[in-house]
Amino acid sequence: MSKNVIVIGGGAAGIEAAGQLAMAGYPVIIIEKGQEIGGHLLDWYHLFPDRRNSVEVVSYLNDIAENRNISILKNRQTEKIERNKGNFHLRTSAGDEIEAGAIVVATGFDLFRSEKKEEYGYGIYDNVITSADLEKMFRAGDILLKNGKAPSKIGLVHCVGSRDEKSGNLYCSKLCCVTAVKQAIELREKLPSSKVFCFYMDMRMGGAHYEELYLEAQEKHAVSFIRGKVSEVGVAHNGSLVIKAEDTLAGRPIRIELDMLVLMAGMEMSEGGRKISSDLHLSTGSNRFFSSIDNHYGSNLSNENGVFYAGTCTAPMSIPETISHARAAATEVIRYMKNTGK
Amino acid sequence: MQFDPFVIPFNIGLYFIVLYAVGRSVIWFRELSRADKLRLQRGFFGPAFAMSLKEIFMESLIHRKILKTNWRLGYMHMSLAFGWFLLIFFGTVEADVFGTKHLNAPYKAIFFRFFNPEHGRSGFEAAYGFLMDLILAFILSGLLLAVLKRFWSPAVGVKKTTKLGVSDKIALTSLWLIFPSRLIAESFTCGAYETGSFLTGSLGSFLASFLPTQEMAYPFWWLYSLSLGTFFILLPVTRYMHIPAEIFLIFMRNAGIRTGDRESSYSEVEVHSCSSCGICIDTCQLNYSAGINTIQSAYLMKGIRRNEDVKDIAENCLMCGRCDQACPVGIELYPIRMMERRRKSADHEYRNLYKGYLRSRFPLTPEKDNETPSYSYLAEESPEKADVLYFAGCMTHLTPSIKNSMVEILNASGLDYKFIDEKGGACCGRPLMLAGQDREARELINFNSQMIWKSGASMLVTSCPICYKVFRESYHLDVEVLHHSQFIKRLIDKEAISLKFLQKNVVYHSPCDLGRGSGVYEEPKEILKYVSRLEKSRYEDAESLCCGGSLGNLKLSSEQRRKIATDAANELTASCPDILATACPLCKKTFSSATSVKVSDISEIVAEALTKTSVPKYNALKALSKPEMANV
Amino acid sequence: MSRFGFTITKARFIDYESNDRRISEYISEMEPSFLRCIECGCCSATCTAAGFTKFSLRELNILIKRGENKEINKTIRKCMLCGKCTLVCPRGVNTRNVITLAKEAYQKAENHAV
Repeated sequence: MSKNVIVIGGGAAGIEAAGQLAMAGYPVIIIEKGQEIGGHLLDWYHLFPDRRNSVEVVSYLNDIAENRNISILKNRQTEKIERNKGNFHLRTSAGDEIEAGAIVVATGFDLFRSEKKEEYGYGIYDNVITSADLEKMFRAGDILLKNGKAPSKIGLVHCVGSRDEKSGNLYCSKLCCVTAVKQAIELREKLPSSKVFCFYMDMRMGGAHYEELYLEAQEKHAVSFIRGKVSEVGVAHNGSLVIKAEDTLAGRPIRIELDMLVLMAGMEMSEGGRKISSDLHLSTGSNRFFSSIDNHYGSNLSNENGVFYAGTCTAPMSIPETISHARAAATEVIRYMKNTGK
Repeated sequence: MQFDPFVIPFNIGLYFIVLYAVGRSVIWFRELSRADKLRLQRGFFGPAFAMSLKEIFMESLIHRKILKTNWRLGYMHMSLAFGWFLLIFFGTVEADVFGTKHLNAPYKAIFFRFFNPEHGRSGFEAAYGFLMDLILAFILSGLLLAVLKRFWSPAVGVKKTTKLGVSDKIALTSLWLIFPSRLIAESFTCGAYETGSFLTGSLGSFLASFLPTQEMAYPFWWLYSLSLGTFFILLPVTRYMHIPAEIFLIFMRNAGIRTGDRESSYSEVEVHSCSSCGICIDTCQLNYSAGINTIQSAYLMKGIRRNEDVKDIAENCLMCGRCDQACPVGIELYPIRMMERRRKSADHEYRNLYKGYLRSRFPLTPEKDNETPSYSYLAEESPEKADVLYFAGCMTHLTPSIKNSMVEILNASGLDYKFIDEKGGACCGRPLMLAGQDREARELINFNSQMIWKSGASMLVTSCPICYKVFRESYHLDVEVLHHSQFIKRLIDKEAISLKFLQKNVVYHSPCDLGRGSGVYEEPKEILKYVSRLEKSRYEDAESLCCGGSLGNLKLSSEQRRKIATDAANELTASCPDILATACPLCKKTFSSATSVKVSDISEIVAEALTKTSVPKYNALKALSKPEMANV
Repeated sequence: MSRFGFTITKARFIDYESNDRRISEYISEMEPSFLRCIECGCCSATCTAAGFTKFSLRELNILIKRGENKEINKTIRKCMLCGKCTLVCPRGVNTRNVITLAKEAYQKAENHAV
């Protein structure tokens, strides 16, 4: 029986779980499809609610990866996973063959492909971007329109690909609201003369300190919150974006011209996760994320013995939630290994 | 005197059905419009008559179209219809040639063996008897399939079979009893007289070995006569009415009569011509994707025949027209369904049996609802003058990429055009029509017509097949109406735009309202062949699928729509093309969320293929419009 | 004093106790997706008719649910049934059927009242 543990995915969940397992004395192998570890954090600028730089969290992860005797196979995807009695046999796209006693699935999430909501014009109109695009602009330092000018009126559209039956995602991605608030504040800070509008269906500020951030956005940064889902985006003759929405609290349609529109893309089950789900016959829910065998005290447990979940491959989660979930996964793996005599 | 009381039920049934058929035909004829009466008269004494006879032979007897769609189901229908016809024909000849005298009463032919039990001993008689047995065996084989189908429909390659009412069940039982009772009656008689061929003869001698055949035969002749009589008398209130009705239908259709907007005796004949064969049920995507199997056309026809409230059936339909195309009887199911949608929920009388023999449907109740206009808020518009109008349509506003592509193409063409609903226009009216609200639709049609007329344009291009169909059929415009695929095709033909070849594999999905609905199949495919590698799918032209997004259905839930869309998209993208092309904003929108393959409208593909090489900017409109005029 | 705050002008409050919500119940029974609406306003924002006149399906939805039936018979007829609202609704409400049912129900109610 192999004492190895394979962790699929080198994002926050994967690294944290690997770090815990390595500390407990298990040889851990991480398979990461990208060139670097860190996952989506690598593309993000500041994190809510305290707006610390994501680089700090990435360096925490790097620290684990480098100092805890974890082997990381980068630029690889899983090609084939087989179960051979108690062991797993995994082959990567680079041809590595690995034996392991347990697998931690930490495949994370993909951002909703906003071009699927054609009426919002992502990929059609120049200045319609996604929340991820905006983070890249923040990192680059300049918020600019396609014509090189700074935007003066910016709209943020909540719930793009979340809570949307038409996109096939009925669930709430739960982090986009607070991301929008954070980005609205940052936009106001970077472009003090700009006006920022958030178009929301419901403000879901459930996490610790989220509501305070919302208050700050309203009071300190004068961000306008308009309750109404955007239905269509068009272009006016002067080139600015015209959105169609109803200001539902005022009970009237609102006409507003914007220079830039940011779509708060929701979170979806990742492509990689879907492949693993079919390879290992792991069950998924109607939201297409992995479904655990128990929602209350077994959220790391899959329907296959020896396969464990960590992080956003099971549901949208914030960074602190992901880290906690990954640690819990490690605990479950250790218990499993002990019970099976590995 | 060759007579026996057992023939009475058969005689009553036969004379009843003949009189009934004549009577009903007269009523139907009388209620035709003047024009249709003339058509029918002309058709009756013209070449259409021969065509009708041929069609009756091919369709009512051989069931060629059902055979083509499903050979097992076709064989079942053919063996019963054609076999029965042969049995009657050769039976009559038999009675005439071998009987005691010529020109016998019909029952003599039907019960020939009872009256001529000694028949079949000489060589020629035996050969003829062999033929009659062969025909009977042919029918019985079909009957076996019919019984199988009733209890296990996959036996005849049908997924779902129609559900029956009480009178249908009695008629069905009597129909099923006819041929076995004939077989047994004849066999007993043959057994007693040691005659009969391979079927009746051998069964007869077998039965004679342990049964008193002489005594046993008589009750079965009664059963045979009774089942025939029952069947004939119930025929007008069951689906078997399709047998005489279809003959009448074929004559009417070949005379050039078509289903109109209002119910007429033609539509009534059509409704009665439905044999509930079930092909419409198998073709229906609501059935095989969404699991809805109570609303298909066969059920609609049945509901109308029985004067039931069919509003829910009529409304729960995509109006994709697939069943209309597949119907082997050629019933125009689409306009009949539309009639039922227009019917305001009238009070339907409860069905009682005798009413079935009379009229099945009340004339449409005159509209009593609110006569005040619904759209008086639409202010008169005075549009700018232009040669070509582009009407994107409501749905196209939700697919801005199509809109932008069309603007690019129109700009490249150098034509003097105006985008009339750039900031949103009134709806074309077809969605209202599909919901049976014609009066409201007419208001929108008038509003849009005014605007089109005022613009002085000579051509109207639309991106939406829903708009295209209604512009063509219900607007009576004096401008030429083109779907953008036809318009683009013409631009290519006249070299008004230049395109490069895209290295892409494309499968084309023909939208319902453009293809089956308006007969535009070729232009989109020719464009795609011009700019890409067009692959064939399993669902070409008239057999193309519905995306499930249809505005024709008011009742379908979003989950059911998704199932239809996913199934259709999977079928169409089976060959893993680069692009699933369509020519309808609604199809594009529906498919986009149902497949990971890129879905593009034909205009987007063309816009991508546009080359910037300048085309002479002359006023190309003259060269473009109405090319058929040059030939006249 | 028991009706404090509601007695100044009667027109201002929704009288949930005496309002007739049978039409809402009828629509909910025939088209349960009517109940899914969260009043996001996407339908009214995209609405073709709303481009010409004051018309909000979102508002009608909530008024019908509260039994505020006044004038709805007239207002609802402004809809052109184009189906854009169905296409954008994030909750999958079958809006065209809701409108058709409401039109029918109000028409019937009016006919019986006269």
